[in-house]
Amino acid sequence: MAQAQGFGRRYIKAFLKGFFVAIPVTVTFLDRVACVARVEGASMQPSLNPGGRQASDVVLLNHWSIRNYDVQRGDIVSLVSPRNPEQKIIKRVIALEGDIIKTIGYKKKYVKIPHGHIWVEGDHHGHSFDSNAFGPVSLGLLHARATHILWPPQRWQKLQSMLPPERKPLQREQE
Amino acid sequence: MFRNVLGKTFRFLGYTVQYGCIAHCAFEYLGGIVVCSGPSMEPTIQNSDIVFSENLSRHLYCIRKGDIVIVKSPNDPKSNICKRVIGLEGDKVCTSNPSDFLKSHSYVPKGHVWLEGDNLRNSTDSRCYGPVPYGLIRGRICFKVSLMLS
Repeated sequence: MAQAQGFGRRYIKAFLKGFFVAIPVTVTFLDRVACVARVEGASMQPSLNPGGRQASDVVLLNHWSIRNYDVQRGDIVSLVSPRNPEQKIIKRVIALEGDIIKTIGYKKKYVKIPHGHIWVEGDHHGHSFDSNAFGPVSLGLLHARATHILWPPQRWQKLQSMLPPERKPLQREQE
Repeated sequence: MFRNVLGKTFRFLGYTVQYGCIAHCAFEYLGGIVVCSGPSMEPTIQNSDIVFSENLSRHLYCIRKGDIVIVKSPNDPKSNICKRVIGLEGDKVCTSNPSDFLKSHSYVPKGHVWLEGDNLRNSTDSRCYGPVPYGLIRGRICFKVSLMLS
């Protein structure tokens, strides 16, 4: 009888320890440090998802590197969609605040990026719902930077921060 | 002796990490105390008032028209602003100043909200920087903490 009580108490103690230690630490890690996500759609072809629906890439998302909203032109980032807050989109940063760029299909031909905003585009122009549709996005919507492709194993690689030469800004903000 | 100190340091770090993570989860998914500054929400919220903001509504997407919300500033992601939701997506809002003779209206785009301060004469809000994406909302203010000073 005493032994069963001892086991019950140990079980409760282990359960509470797990609840108050493991869950907050895991949740904080996934929210603040890094997490993993599967990419869907063709908007970033050929960099991500070149195989289409058959083989979706799984990428490593790094929250820690953007904790100060420090992004560079050419980074692949994930952000909360301005049109649908329940969805995250993954695109490449083309221009930072103060840059003047030429747009592809936006309502204005030349745009100066306002303070605190960035311009994102998918690599697959024409098949991408990006800043050419909804304009500059606020830096506050930034979610994470995609650093590596983790799956499938034959596509294991570090994602390069590369700005396509034809999408370079016409005028950069002077530091 | 050295091992004792090392053990104590690691245990201290362990507790710090554990309580830091619990604090992050509590603020992110439940709520926390916030100090508001500025005159843009007078008379509802005065300068340096202490309020309690609950952060569960934004995860459940049930922010309503008329709620006072804390939002990441669209022009400066490191600072927060505190305003009232005047219109949700699809609503018709008046974008002109009260002093203008001709009123102009527009519809709030999908996925955005229209924010205005209660102190309309002294508030930079959506009338200045346009509709704000819903994803920038941090939490909803549910009550004000008033301290009785005798």
